[in-house]
Amino acid sequence: MVVAVVLMILKSLIVSSLLLALFAYLTYIERKVLARFQLRPGPNRVGPFGLLQPLADGLKMALKEEIIPRQADRALYLLAPAISLFAALMAFAVIPFGQPMHIFGQVVPMQIFSPNVGVLYVLAVTSVGIYGITFGGWASQSKYALLGGLRSTAQMISYELAMGLAIVGVLLMAGAADVNRIIAAQHAVWFIIPQILGFVVYFISGVAETNRAPFDLVEAESELVAGYFTEYTGLKWAMYMMAEYINMVTFSSLAATLFLGGWSGLGFLPWVPGIVWYLLKVALFIFLFMWIRATLPRLRYDALMALGWKVLLPVALVNTLGTAVFVSHVL
Amino acid sequence: MGVATETKPMVINMGPQHPATHGVLRLVVELDGEVVRSVSPEIGYLHTGFEKSGESLRYQQACTLTDRMDYLSPHANNLAYVLAVEKLMGLEVPPRARLLRILFAELGRIASHLVWLGTHAMDIGAQGLFFYCFREREKILDMVEASAGVRLNPSYFRIGGVMRDVPEGFETMVREFVDELPQWMASYRALLDRNPIWRERLVGNAVIDAQTCARYGVTGPILRAAGVNRDLRKVSPYLGYETFEFDVPVFTHGDSYDRYQVRLAEMMESRRIVYQVLERLEPGPVAVDDWKVAPPPKEYLGRDMEALIHHFKLFTQGFHVPAGEAYAGVEGPRGEIGFYVVSDGGAKPYRFRPRTPSFFNLQALPTMTVGSLVADVITAIGSIDIVLGDVDR
Repeated sequence: MVVAVVLMILKSLIVSSLLLALFAYLTYIERKVLARFQLRPGPNRVGPFGLLQPLADGLKMALKEEIIPRQADRALYLLAPAISLFAALMAFAVIPFGQPMHIFGQVVPMQIFSPNVGVLYVLAVTSVGIYGITFGGWASQSKYALLGGLRSTAQMISYELAMGLAIVGVLLMAGAADVNRIIAAQHAVWFIIPQILGFVVYFISGVAETNRAPFDLVEAESELVAGYFTEYTGLKWAMYMMAEYINMVTFSSLAATLFLGGWSGLGFLPWVPGIVWYLLKVALFIFLFMWIRATLPRLRYDALMALGWKVLLPVALVNTLGTAVFVSHVL
Repeated sequence: MGVATETKPMVINMGPQHPATHGVLRLVVELDGEVVRSVSPEIGYLHTGFEKSGESLRYQQACTLTDRMDYLSPHANNLAYVLAVEKLMGLEVPPRARLLRILFAELGRIASHLVWLGTHAMDIGAQGLFFYCFREREKILDMVEASAGVRLNPSYFRIGGVMRDVPEGFETMVREFVDELPQWMASYRALLDRNPIWRERLVGNAVIDAQTCARYGVTGPILRAAGVNRDLRKVSPYLGYETFEFDVPVFTHGDSYDRYQVRLAEMMESRRIVYQVLERLEPGPVAVDDWKVAPPPKEYLGRDMEALIHHFKLFTQGFHVPAGEAYAGVEGPRGEIGFYVVSDGGAKPYRFRPRTPSFFNLQALPTMTVGSLVADVITAIGSIDIVLGDVDR
């Protein structure tokens, strides 16, 4: 029991640190990838190939002057980015990154903990993350930040629904919400094939959830509504960025787990450890995020909401019903 | 206990420093929730006083002012000015000069439209396109540099002809570019033409009809997207455009999407003209033979006294233009660029008055955007393709 708790704490520490470090290099990768799409080299001055750029950026963030608007609601203002970041990190607790390892005779699952409501846990926690944005917009007490925060919140709530419904199809096919059982259920074929509709809805919702292009009107159309993090500087702003990128990773991991079999390689090259497969799949999704950002124009806010409610939600519903019929009668 | 709630519209300021207003434009936007109630453009942030400066510069010097107005289509500005002055002087430029002028006018049109497409797409979010368009435009800038020595602000067209002949290998440069152009255009179209996000942002956005265009004096692609088949190259041809074969794209809806289509089609038509120019180019002089107007070739200065004297007088005192007034309008990438030049018989213009398209086109912005959503204003600004140098002068 004690061992289990200690292991869990150890894993949490390792995963959190790795995620935060990963965030730094994700920004580097994003800049390089976007740059290449735009025929530019990307950061290449700070360190060899610009590899020390994230360190420079991190240092800059930490050393920036802390400006807290006088009219801001201090407690909420300081709490909000923490909520976002915390929720983003917490969501990672149920994602398995590889096959269980055998250490000192113990079977150690590569997962922090595995409740039998695994997937629901992730959905719940990411929903809590939305508060970080709402509070951020509100606590800044600036009309642009407030509007941006409200819009962003509305956007995320709308797409949460479609996302949740898209996942239901997977849950039905696996017969469980436990992440490990979902991975096990994909031993024959990855769910992306039977659940292609669900996957498409899930992916689009994920892009909207993470406020990435083409759904980044709130962040990018910054001439009028400057986004919920207008009034944030330095490390607090960096925390919002961390939350955004880690959400991207969480979302990619979830997509890899639910639709692409997680750490399983489907028996190809069995000597390749599961974690490598997992990382490859996550990398694929992250690359997709960046590719889409480099290419597509932005949706206007009303079209964005229309897409979430009038297109994705019905499609996800249809997918769910279809899957339910299929699972109950055919399987 | 009824408390009367009064809702005041929210007033938001866009600019003058702003990534999406294409220059220093200030828009004061009154919003009712998300809907735009009024848009008031405030201009003058880039006013440099070209009209006044033009009066204190000699005619050939004033040419350099014209580049700097609509700095994205300097050749068109140059052209309008030199045509006006040549009208006053009754000058006839040699055929090679005329052809070179057409060549650069059309290449300049392509370059300007490329900037428009890149920045418009970038405003709407497709950032990558900006770089691709500018990559293409670099090739045109290389051509301009090869001819005039300067990339932007070339003042290549001079009174009496062009500044100098194009170098060896120039034709190859041009051919390479226009040969490749269709494949780049195809890739831009593949990304945008039927892209639902692009269409959703542009179709039905900032609609303007022909009557409103006429009221405001709107010209150029905006007018042609509203259904009016008016292109100065066809309606009142200059430089011999009537002998060239090209079409004028006209669309009917008057929205941003149609303006997008018009400009893309215009690029391909310009390409057609460029090919025809290349066919007809023949060696010859590139400026009038009158050394009182166009400077003698540099080689002569060392051995010919007449040449030296003319060179000296031309660059210190200029030449006198007979008294009178003339207007020349050309079809620039943004619309009708015209110059109204009044001469009192001296070496400097008495009145140097540009008719710049962006000034008139910008006036239509409020009518086009009132009633739409906030994000549409950004799309509209990009779609009318204004350059603040043109608006403010």
